[in-house]
Amino acid sequence: MTTKLFGEPIPRREDPRLVTGRGRFLDDLGGRALAAAFVRSPHAHARVVDIDVAGALDVEGLVAVYTWDDLGGRVGEPLPLLIPHPALTHGRTGYPLARDVVRHVGEPVAMVVATDRYLAEDAADRILVGYEPLPPVVGIEAAAAADHLVHEDVPGNAGARLVQEVPGPDGLSAPAAIERAPHRLEFRLAIERSASMPLEGRGVYARWDADDESLRVYSSTQTSTSVRMAIAAKLDLPPAKVEVIAPDVGGGFGVKIVHPWPEEILVPWAARLLGREVKWTEDRREHFTSSAHERGQVHFVRVGFDDEGRILGLDVRFLHDHGAYTPYGIIVPIITSTQLLGPYKVGAYRVEFTSLYTNTVQVTPYRGAGRPQGVFCMERTMDRVAVHLGRDRTLVRAANLIQPGDFPYDQGLTFQDGRPLIYDSGDYPELLRMVKELIGWDDFGKAQTEAAVRGRRLGLGLACYVEGTGVGPYEGGHVEVDSSGRVHVSTGLTSQGQGHQTVFAQIAAAELGVPIEDIRVTTGDTRRFRYAVGTFASRAAVLSGNAIALACRALRDKALRIAADALEADPRDLEIEDGIVRIRGNPAASIPLRTVAVLSNPLRYAFDEEAARATQFAVGGSTDQPPVAEGEQPGLEGTQYYSPVRSTFAAGAHAAIVETDPDTAEVRVLRYAVVHDCGRLINPRIVEGQIHGGVAQGIGGALYERLIYDEHGQLLNASFMDFLMPYATEIPAIETAHLETPSPLNPLGVKGAGEAGVIPVSAVIAAAIEDAEGIRIEEMPISPDDLFRLRERARRAAGESSGAEAGEARPV
Amino acid sequence: MTEERLDVEMTVNGVPRGARVPARRLLSDFLRHDLGLTGTHVGCEHGVCGCCTVLLDGEPVRSCLMFAVGAAGHAVTTVEGLAAPGGSPSPVQRAFAECHALQCGFCTPGFLCTVTALLRDRPRPTDDEVMAGISGNLCRCTGYQNIVKAVHRASELMAEAE
Ligand code: FES
Ligand code: FES
Repeated sequence: MTTKLFGEPIPRREDPRLVTGRGRFLDDLGGRALAAAFVRSPHAHARVVDIDVAGALDVEGLVAVYTWDDLGGRVGEPLPLLIPHPALTHGRTGYPLARDVVRHVGEPVAMVVATDRYLAEDAADRILVGYEPLPPVVGIEAAAAADHLVHEDVPGNAGARLVQEVPGPDGLSAPAAIERAPHRLEFRLAIERSASMPLEGRGVYARWDADDESLRVYSSTQTSTSVRMAIAAKLDLPPAKVEVIAPDVGGGFGVKIVHPWPEEILVPWAARLLGREVKWTEDRREHFTSSAHERGQVHFVRVGFDDEGRILGLDVRFLHDHGAYTPYGIIVPIITSTQLLGPYKVGAYRVEFTSLYTNTVQVTPYRGAGRPQGVFCMERTMDRVAVHLGRDRTLVRAANLIQPGDFPYDQGLTFQDGRPLIYDSGDYPELLRMVKELIGWDDFGKAQTEAAVRGRRLGLGLACYVEGTGVGPYEGGHVEVDSSGRVHVSTGLTSQGQGHQTVFAQIAAAELGVPIEDIRVTTGDTRRFRYAVGTFASRAAVLSGNAIALACRALRDKALRIAADALEADPRDLEIEDGIVRIRGNPAASIPLRTVAVLSNPLRYAFDEEAARATQFAVGGSTDQPPVAEGEQPGLEGTQYYSPVRSTFAAGAHAAIVETDPDTAEVRVLRYAVVHDCGRLINPRIVEGQIHGGVAQGIGGALYERLIYDEHGQLLNASFMDFLMPYATEIPAIETAHLETPSPLNPLGVKGAGEAGVIPVSAVIAAAIEDAEGIRIEEMPISPDDLFRLRERARRAAGESSGAEAGEARPV
Repeated sequence: MTEERLDVEMTVNGVPRGARVPARRLLSDFLRHDLGLTGTHVGCEHGVCGCCTVLLDGEPVRSCLMFAVGAAGHAVTTVEGLAAPGGSPSPVQRAFAECHALQCGFCTPGFLCTVTALLRDRPRPTDDEVMAGISGNLCRCTGYQNIVKAVHRASELMAEAE
């Protein structure tokens, strides 16, 4: 029965194309287009003094060179600040091409268009830009010291400062509660920069139709609808004359939600100016230095707690490095500051962040978007509290968990969508119990001791998280049944590998009662659906999934009304199965949905036999009623939107066992366990895949990936050779278990799943290494070098203290 | 400045193909842009990600690290050529779809070519051999769990077909 499709691990419908080389990614399109290449700043901070293009002019195939002076109109204005916030008092964005100052290595300075990419790059190489270097600001602490400024008019390099405070149940502020608490701790925790790093970079391909004065743009984006609005505004075109399509997108993970990128404005602009197709495909080095990074934050935590480990007050101040510009506002630090609390009640809470400019690539959300840092703070705090009290780490957590009877639970904060942070549902004690069981928490001590006897160092770590998913404002779904019985489903948000063609088809098949083979899903194509927000914040299944379900329900009602007329039955007695509407209990009385589709559109002209059934002399019925009943529309189709009051909160707990090498300080993850609750599962296999991928990115972020800038603001590891993403050999087998607490907020009861895997990994791995080594881990990622140095430091400190006790001279 | 162009001919997926290209044309660009075989992907252009892997006389190579002229006269197989002549997907292609071994699909053509060669040489690989075999290809989406499964599954499908 088709309705079973919801919740089934069916194979993906996108795969037959993708495994045979028939994917259509951005650079697979526009074979005849001109190619664009960019001259980018080699300096982290400099004034552009002059640009000499003469050398480029004799490159064969050169079509055009543009600098900021050529842009004009709105194209020459700064790029939009996408998410303004009252606390972002000094928001700054770059120009599509640098105007007078460049603020990070990789900032675009000139655009070259030529007949092919090789030639465009030849020409770009011959453009001489004169720079007058300015002192660069690199690193969070240097930014805070503010000896130099990234933007002359931003004092202290501070773009934003935001405080949120929640008093404890006794009305005490966090600092007061901490002061009065029986126990207090204070420490610094830091996370370094990483990046989304999809294997397909960004890319834009534009065609101008001079006759129609319209533009078609393909972009490797996570939001085609918003790119369309941005291009229309910048190029001063009516939106109806711009269409934007996200083709197959080779991964996004957050970086492709940013828009409009300079290239997304410049490529269409040049295509119109030149009357030619123009395409730009980002290369890997460009992706490293000219897109976006995330994660870099330094946190100062103060916590007060009782003898059980119950947190009475938590005060977190942190510095967020947002790079050279703030196009995406302060979403990342807002998420850190609100999602930090996770599944816990902490008494009084105060959080304050300062968002700082540095002369590095801008910072915008990367999968997890500030949550990995927040969870790192909270979970490291739990571990510190447990060590301080000498209690089991899971007992301290259990003492602080929100209980199943507490929902809806209001954390008293304002979330990233401007709405109250109210958790809708969950069962956190059960998550903790399940993950302990899955990893074998209670038996680990024995294994650890036995291993130690054989000279092996094992450690166990655990972390919990809550993830606000499915943020608004809305998404929509359009469903149409054509006269051949095919069902066309479309939604405006885009896909980057999440299997939307499969899960949205599962939803539609279940709701409509049609075979999934008859369903075709389109995403991210503004020709089909114009109103949408985008794919980020684990929101696609929640927002578009529910919108599609609602559209299907409305369409089903309409189909039953029309079929009831045709079958002379009561719509309430009808059901749809396998694409056939029939009277329940009377299978002989039935009408295929495709015929209902024909009847739904009263015709004057017949173009085939099926259509003839709907023409004016063929249909019976009353002649004193209009052919299209009042309040109805022709066609078996409809659009619905889903706009949630607030986010729905997924949650989970991860645990890992690691082994550290006593000599080389290498860290191996021996086991990794995930317990995850994203409400009702639409396709468990796809959810599992999302978790696997997230955990792998998390392990990369915990052990291997960091973006290293030198003091001049040069990114030292801007290649896959030096920025170490995990291969298969670095990722352990991932064990998973699911809990399903449906969301009461949406019709399908689903929660988002896309980011969950990555969120707690650094916290888990840090805890496990700490457990193996007996050394505090306060900064991630951690390389063998880092761990080796920590060991040396611990050894020296131990030597010093024992030396001091023995009254000996200290080692130098 | 006019660049010299050379006639480059090779057998691609069993069919003789050729184009007139500059000496510096990468094999990956030649396949994608001159021959229109866009199934081969480019993720880094510096030999690390493996997205551009194709089979050159049956052996996996990184087409971004080779000039097209260097492949002249040789036989190249791309992802478009992995299916049986009738178009039915190869066991490796089937196994990847069956095991959910791809998400965005950008790395997939490289993995498929790599694994096809791996299983030809080692039809029943051990876990370690699978790991070693795929350890030169990056995937940012799947966490590799299902790719490992798919390699074993493909080996089973091949055995069943015999
Ligand atoms: S594109 Fe050839 S290895 Fe990455
Ligand atoms: S499936 Fe996206 S990179 Fe592998």
